Amino acid sequence: MRNFVSKRAEEIPPSGIRKFFDLVLTMEDVISLGVGEPDFRTPWNICESSIYSIEQGTTSYTSNKGLQTLRDALSRYLAEHYNLQYSADNEMIITSGVSEGLDIAVRSVVDPGDEVLIAQPSYVSYAPCVTLAGGKPVPIRCTEKDKFKLNPDALAEKITAKSKALIINFPNNPTGGVMSAGDIKAIADIVIDHDLLLISDEVYAELTYETKHCAAATVSDLWDRTITLNGFSKAYAMTGWRIGYLCAPQELLDAALKIHQYIMLCAPVMGQVGAVEALRSAEEDKNNMVNEYRLRRNLFVAGLNRIGLPCHVPEGAFYAFPSVKTTGLSDVEFAEQLLKNQRVAVVPGSVFGTGGEDHIRCAYAVSRKDLNTALVRMEEFIKTL
Amino acid sequence: MDEKDLDLLRILEENSRLSAEEIATMTNLSKSEVENRVCALEAAQVIRGYSTVVNWELAGNGEVSAIIELKVSPERDYGYDRIAERLSRFRQVKSLRLMTGTYDLQLIVTGKNMQDVSRFVSEHVAPMDRIRETATHIIMKSYKENGNTLFEQREPERLPISP
Repeated sequence: MRNFVSKRAEEIPPSGIRKFFDLVLTMEDVISLGVGEPDFRTPWNICESSIYSIEQGTTSYTSNKGLQTLRDALSRYLAEHYNLQYSADNEMIITSGVSEGLDIAVRSVVDPGDEVLIAQPSYVSYAPCVTLAGGKPVPIRCTEKDKFKLNPDALAEKITAKSKALIINFPNNPTGGVMSAGDIKAIADIVIDHDLLLISDEVYAELTYETKHCAAATVSDLWDRTITLNGFSKAYAMTGWRIGYLCAPQELLDAALKIHQYIMLCAPVMGQVGAVEALRSAEEDKNNMVNEYRLRRNLFVAGLNRIGLPCHVPEGAFYAFPSVKTTGLSDVEFAEQLLKNQRVAVVPGSVFGTGGEDHIRCAYAVSRKDLNTALVRMEEFIKTL
Repeated sequence: MDEKDLDLLRILEENSRLSAEEIATMTNLSKSEVENRVCALEAAQVIRGYSTVVNWELAGNGEVSAIIELKVSPERDYGYDRIAERLSRFRQVKSLRLMTGTYDLQLIVTGKNMQDVSRFVSEHVAPMDRIRETATHIIMKSYKENGNTLFEQREPERLPISP
């Protein structure tokens, strides 16, 4: 029999966390700081409105772009909160999570041979999505010295005649780094000079602790050349609902919409109904969750520094990204041994690409009690080294 | 009252048993700053006390609670205050509020058993001057107290590790 697996599928690496995932499943009493999602339940008003709509028989397809009520509400929300101007009618698609938004954004702009710059450490899907679209991912290293912001010089260095687009994600998974308007301005000049497209994944926009999030498309003249991705998963603890959105100028949006209608048709209607309710009534729930993450962050990051794992203060998302260099172990060794010896699961930084090595990602989206226990166990582990 | 005070109040309202040290780390204050601020909030009577939410049904002492609605004729110069303050002094009265709507005062009363509660209402509350009408509702089961649910909730299943 022939090997039926496509070269493209073969080319993409298997997920770096799979091994840990399997290992954790065999163990008991593990505190997992490896989960990239909120530990809160979806606020009940959101669940309730979705349940009611199902009872009312709202179970059909929606328009390809998504429910008009949701797009209207989103358009207003983005304008009010981020000064982001996108028309509900022709500059917005509701997607099945940001994952789908990312895929169709990349596929609608990347041709075979195009280079796509990716600020790393980054979420694990960016590079494989580029590869699947026939493009070539080009990582740019963000460093702790720069508080894990994208450094303009590092960006400029990697640009070639083949560069087509840049993917950024701030507040960042896994580092918790954020970019201010000034930081983005420095990047914007380079992006515009080299006529690049910007894909900005802002799914952690609501989770900032010191300063308000700055949407990339609002800086300089970036709007015309930016695809903004965002979603409800992180802000409203709605990961399983799979509701994200893609916003872009109409020409780009129409291209993405063509792909969306063939591969997804529409995002699940129950999730869309829930998302409408999230915007309508869950502001306070969201603020309470953000407040709790902030307290946990302070608790956990102070703890990491105390036990000897130097960690910059992450200003957004819910990840701490300490260095393990002083322990003499690689990030993978550290994560494996910590799990086996002290039953704390973290994710090795190298999983997130260039710049992640020698760091571990710890999600502090777990209870304070578990964070404290994890710190005790981690300290014990470090003492044995 | 600033953001830090609000942080302290939110933290303490949820769990007043945390150490000053732990609260200090969470709020980026020093331990003594936390202690001073809490003292000030106590002195200003913003913090009125520290209590524990008990599920008495599980503790199994058979205690009974009731919500009692009272229609009251207000007094010249004092309105409802004097009678409300008088009612508040009874040990059995756990909460007392003045309400809008079809009745005036709402009491939450606890007693050893149903007879105990009904005796308290008929002997002490109902005969008081100015009380025109009482309605007693025995609480059959509590599902939520002070923001805490009292029923078992299954922990949602999460993946052990996700990107």
